[in-house]
Amino acid sequence: MYAFEIDRPTTLDAAVTALGQEEAQALGGGQTLIPALKQRLASPARLVSLTGIDDLKGICVADDGALCIGAATSHATVAAEAAATYPALADLAAHIGDPAVRNRGTIGGSLANNDPSACYPAAVLASRAMIRTNTREIAADDYFEGMFATALEEGEIITEVRFPLPEQAAYVKFAQPASRFALVGVFVARFADGVRVAVTGASEDGVFRWTEAEAALSDDFRPEAVAGLSVDPEGMIGDLHGSPDYRAHLIRVLTGRAVAAAAA
Amino acid sequence: MPKDHGIGASSKRREDKRFLTGKGRYTDDINLPGQAHAWFVRSQVAHGRLTGVDTSAAEAMPGVLRVFTGADFEGVGGLPCGWLVTDRFGQPMQEPGHPVLARGKVRHVGDPVAVVVAETAEQARDAAEAVEVEIDELPAVLDMKAALDPDAPLVHDELKNNLCYDWGFVEENRAAVNAAFETAAHVTTLDLVNQRLVPNAMEPRVALGDFNPATEDSTLYTTSQNPHVIRLLMGAFVLGIPEHKLRVVAPDVGGGFGSKIFHYAEEAFCTFAAKQLRRPVKWTCTRSEAFISDAHGRDHVTRIELALDAEGRFQALRTETHANMGAYLSTFAPSIPTWLHGTLMAGNYKTPLIYVNVKAVFTNTVPVDAYRGAGRPEATFQLERVIDKAAREMGIDPVELRRRNFITEFPYATPVAVEYDTGDYNATLDKLLEIADVAGFEARLADSKSRGMLRGLGLNCYIEACGIAPSQLVGQLGARAGLYESATVRVNATGGLVVMTGSHSHGQGHETTFAQVVADMIGIGEDMVEIVHGDTANTPMGMGTYGSRSLAVGGSAMVRATNKIIAKAKKIAAHLMEAAPEDIELKDGKFSVAGTDKSVAWGDVTLAAYVPHNYPLEELEPGLEETAFYDPNNFTYPAGAYACEVEVDPETGKVTVCSFAAADDFGNIVNPMIVSGQVHGGIAQGIGQALLEAASYDDYGQLLSGSYMDYAMPRADDVPFYRVDHSCATPCTHNPLGVKGCGEAGAIGSPPAVVNAVVDALQRAGHTGVTHIDMPLTPARVWAAMQG
Ligand SMILES: Cc1cc2nc3c(=O)[nH]c(=O)nc-3n(C[C@H](O)[C@H](O)[C@H](O)COP(=O)(O)OP(=O)(O)OC[C@H]3O[C@@H](n4cnc5c(N)ncnc54)[C@H](O)[C@@H]3O)c2cc1C
Repeated sequence: MYAFEIDRPTTLDAAVTALGQEEAQALGGGQTLIPALKQRLASPARLVSLTGIDDLKGICVADDGALCIGAATSHATVAAEAAATYPALADLAAHIGDPAVRNRGTIGGSLANNDPSACYPAAVLASRAMIRTNTREIAADDYFEGMFATALEEGEIITEVRFPLPEQAAYVKFAQPASRFALVGVFVARFADGVRVAVTGASEDGVFRWTEAEAALSDDFRPEAVAGLSVDPEGMIGDLHGSPDYRAHLIRVLTGRAVAAAAA
Repeated sequence: MPKDHGIGASSKRREDKRFLTGKGRYTDDINLPGQAHAWFVRSQVAHGRLTGVDTSAAEAMPGVLRVFTGADFEGVGGLPCGWLVTDRFGQPMQEPGHPVLARGKVRHVGDPVAVVVAETAEQARDAAEAVEVEIDELPAVLDMKAALDPDAPLVHDELKNNLCYDWGFVEENRAAVNAAFETAAHVTTLDLVNQRLVPNAMEPRVALGDFNPATEDSTLYTTSQNPHVIRLLMGAFVLGIPEHKLRVVAPDVGGGFGSKIFHYAEEAFCTFAAKQLRRPVKWTCTRSEAFISDAHGRDHVTRIELALDAEGRFQALRTETHANMGAYLSTFAPSIPTWLHGTLMAGNYKTPLIYVNVKAVFTNTVPVDAYRGAGRPEATFQLERVIDKAAREMGIDPVELRRRNFITEFPYATPVAVEYDTGDYNATLDKLLEIADVAGFEARLADSKSRGMLRGLGLNCYIEACGIAPSQLVGQLGARAGLYESATVRVNATGGLVVMTGSHSHGQGHETTFAQVVADMIGIGEDMVEIVHGDTANTPMGMGTYGSRSLAVGGSAMVRATNKIIAKAKKIAAHLMEAAPEDIELKDGKFSVAGTDKSVAWGDVTLAAYVPHNYPLEELEPGLEETAFYDPNNFTYPAGAYACEVEVDPETGKVTVCSFAAADDFGNIVNPMIVSGQVHGGIAQGIGQALLEAASYDDYGQLLSGSYMDYAMPRADDVPFYRVDHSCATPCTHNPLGVKGCGEAGAIGSPPAVVNAVVDALQRAGHTGVTHIDMPLTPARVWAAMQG
C-alpha cells in the first residue's frame, strides 16, 4: 500500500466536496479497493469513505412500491432486510463472498466497480433498476458500459439503487471454483409486461441481457422455453476456468434453472 | 476399551492451546532490536539476459540501508542440491548453479534479482520499485517435450541441453519388460498429466538473520521443517559458516507440506546481510510472492502401459515420465521423480517386470520439489488409473482385478528395489468395502438418477515408502545426506523429562504424540514430559520432518534414548533397594524388586541421580540424560484402500464428492485422533488436486493462477465427512514401535479414487469414450469430456 489520506464525511455534501480534491477516490466497503491498494495497483492520494453517511445506508420501500437500497448498504444487510420484499435479491446478496466480505462490501461499491463477474449488476439489469447518484438518475440499461466501465462521471457518487419489484425472480450463480465470483450468473425477473434475463460472468463486454430468452420467456415462462435456444460463444470470456463454449452453454442451463427457481 | 493415556490414547493435542489462543510463536512473531527489513526485487519475465541492475535511485530513498545485487554474492556459494541422480548411461545428472541472487540471466518469474534492506518493510518496498532492472527477454522454455527439442533455447547456457537426466529403472530389466509387452494378451495404455501444484502452507515463509559481532555468531530464524539441514546446507555450502558459529531456529511453523524442507535464497540472504550490515535483517513473504518463490510440487507428464495375461494377471509395467525441475534444482528435486517415485511403481501388486523411465527437464518456471507425498502420489495415481482402465477394457471388476494381483506374502522384494516388510492388502480392501458401504451403492445410484444426477464409485489401493530413510542405501542412490534421527532425553531431579528431538513439528502434533510414547514407557503422566524441537542450539543433530518419518525414525531414536534412561534408572533403583539390577521391574512409574514388596518411586530414583548421597558412584555417573541416534534399516510401507463416491451434474459438469472412505494400515497407532486428522488433511489435499488446484503458466511463463482468485484451494464445503479406519494394522517389523507413518497417505491415496469415480459416473451414463480426464476435474473439463 502507498500512503494516503482518509476523509470520513457524515453527509453527502461533505463527501462530494471531499471527492473534488486532487486524486481523491470514494471508498465503500473496501472489499475491492483495499486489496488493489495492498497490491499497489492503485495509488489514490485520498480516500473518501462513504460508509459513515447515514443517508446512504438502509433499505426501504418507496411509495411506488420500489425497493430502495442506500448505496453504502452492506451485502449482509440486503441479505437480511430484503428477504421479505425481494427474496431473489436477498438470496443473491447472501451468496456474495464470505461473511467478512458481506459485512463490509456495499451495493454501491459493487455497481461502481462493475466487475464482469460480479452478481449485483445482473440483478440491477434484470430488475430494470434505477441508479441514483448525487447528480442524476441513470436507468440500468444505460448504466453498464462493459468490463469495469460505467456511465458514472469522475467523482460522481451512487447514492441509492431503486428496484421495481418483479412478480417472480431468481438468480442462479455458477461459482468460479477459486474466487467463487460468478463463472456465469443469470438473473431472471418476470414483470407484468415481460421477462428480463441478465447475464454476468460470461461476456467480454460485461453484464448483458439475453434478449432472445426474454422474448421466449415472455411468451412461455417455463424452463422448456429456453431449452432450444443457444448463445453464440463469440465474445464470451475464455480463461482457466472455462472456454467461451462452456460459458455460452452455462447461460442456457442456468437460465432454465433460474426460471424453474423463480416459478417454484 | 480405548485407552485414556499413553500409547493408543487419543490424547488432546497440547500444542493446540497456544495455537488456538494466539499464543503460538511463529518466525514472524520474532522481532529483534535494531531489525531492518528486506524486500526482494524479482524478475517479472520468465527468461532473459540480465544486462543491468541500477540501484542508485533506490539507494537514495528514505530509510534504505543498502541494495544488494548478484554482484554482492561473488565468492559466496550457490544453493546446493542435496541429491545426485545418475542417469541410465551411468552419467551424473546435469547440475547447474543456483545463485542466491540472479547473475547473468533470470530464469523464472520470481527469480530474485536484487534486495533492498531498509528501516521498515514499506520503505524497502518503496525503494524496490525504484530499482531499475534491465533484461533482454529471451523466449521462455515451458513445455517439457519442447524443451528437449535440439533447437530449444537453453535455460542454463552452460549445460548441453535442458535435460537434467534421463533415468532408467531398473535399466537391466528394460529388454525383458519390452519383450513381455510383445507377448502379452492385453496391453492398456494411458497418457496423463499429474499437474503442478502450489503448496500453500497457511504460514508464508519468513527469514530473520542476526549476527553478533562480539562473538561472531550467526543466527537464522526461519520457517523450516528441518533446522539442522538448513544449518548444514547454508553453513557449509553457501556462506561458509561452521556449525558451531551458526544457529538455526525454526519455532512454531504453520504448515510445510514439503515446501519448507528446502534451503531457500531468502534464508541465505538474510543471514548474509545481517553480517554485512551488523543488523538483524528480516524478510516476510507475501502470499503473492509465495506463489512464485516457494518450490512447487508434482508436474509430471506420463505414459503408462500395463501388460496383462488373459486372466488379468499383471505381466509387466512400463512408464515414461517427463518431470519438471523448473529453472533450478531445489534441494531434493532430483530424488522425487526417481527414488521416491520409481521405487513405488510395483504398488500393492506382484508385477514381475517393471521399467520406469524419467526425463527430468529444466524449464523457465518455479523450481519443483517434494510436496506432500513427493513422488509417491505420482506413482500411485498412474498405476491405479491404468488398473481401472484395464479392468474396464477387460470386463473384470476393478476390485477383483486388484485382488488377483495383490502381494500376499511378506517380506516381498519388488522388481523395483524395495522390500515390503509386512502388509495385508486384502484386509484393508475388505475393511474399505465395509466402511464405504459399497454394497449399498446401487441404491444411492438410483437415488442420484432420480434427481437427474450421474453417480460414480471409484476406489484404489496405494502403498508408500515412509520412515525415510536408511542412510547407507540412500547414500548409494545419490543422497548427499544421512537420514537418521536423534533424541536426547533429559530427566530432571524431581522426575520430569525433557525430550529434545531432531524431528520438527509444523502441525503434526509431536509434542503430544512423543510425550505419550515416553510417558507410556516409564509409566508416568504425559504432563511429566516436555518435547523440545526446532532449535539447533538445544537439540541433537537431526534431519527434520518430511516423508512421514518422525515417529518411525525420530520416535525410534526417542525410544532408544528412553531405554537407556530406564536401564540406568534400574541400576540406581537396584542400589537403593540393595537388589540386583536384573531383578528390578518398572511399572506405572514404580521400580520394584521381583518377587518382593520392595519398591521405590520414579521420583526417588531421579532425585538420587542428581543428589547422589546414596548412589553407586564407583560404577555409575550421576545424572540421568541420554542421547540416541537411530538409522532405519528399511523404509516402512503404509498401505491401504480408498473409495470415493461422486455425483456429476450432467448439464454443468460439476463434481460433488458425496463420500470418501479410507482404510489404512499404519502399523501400530500412538494417537488415533491425530492419525485420523492427518488422514483427513491429506484427503482434503488429494481432493484439492483431483478437482480444484493447478498452477498454470501462459505461453510467456507468467503464472496465471498466481493468487486465490484463480488458484482454487479446497474449502470446507468441497469435502465430505470422511470415514477413516486404521484398525487393519500389520506392525512394522523393523522399528521398536512397529509404526509406519501416516502423514502423507491421505494425499497419496485419494486423487485416483476421485478420478476413478468421475470416470465411472460418466461411463455409467453412456460416455463410453471417456477413459480419462486430466486433473483438476473442473466443471469445464468434465463438461468438455462429456461433449466428446
Ligand atoms: C473474497 C471476496 C469474494 C467476493 N465475492 C464476490 C461475489 O461472489 N460476487 C460479487 O458480486 N462480488 C464479490 N466480491 C466483491 C464484493 O462484493 C465487493 O464488496 C464489491 O465488489 C465492492 O464493494 P465495496 O463496497 O467493497 O467497494 P470498494 O472496494 O470500497 O470500492 C470499489 C470501487 O467502487 C468505488 N465506489 C465505492 N462506493 C461507491 C459509490 N457509492 N459511488 C461511486 N463509487 C463508489 C470505489 O471508488 C472503487 O472504485 C468479493 C470480494 C472479495 C474480497
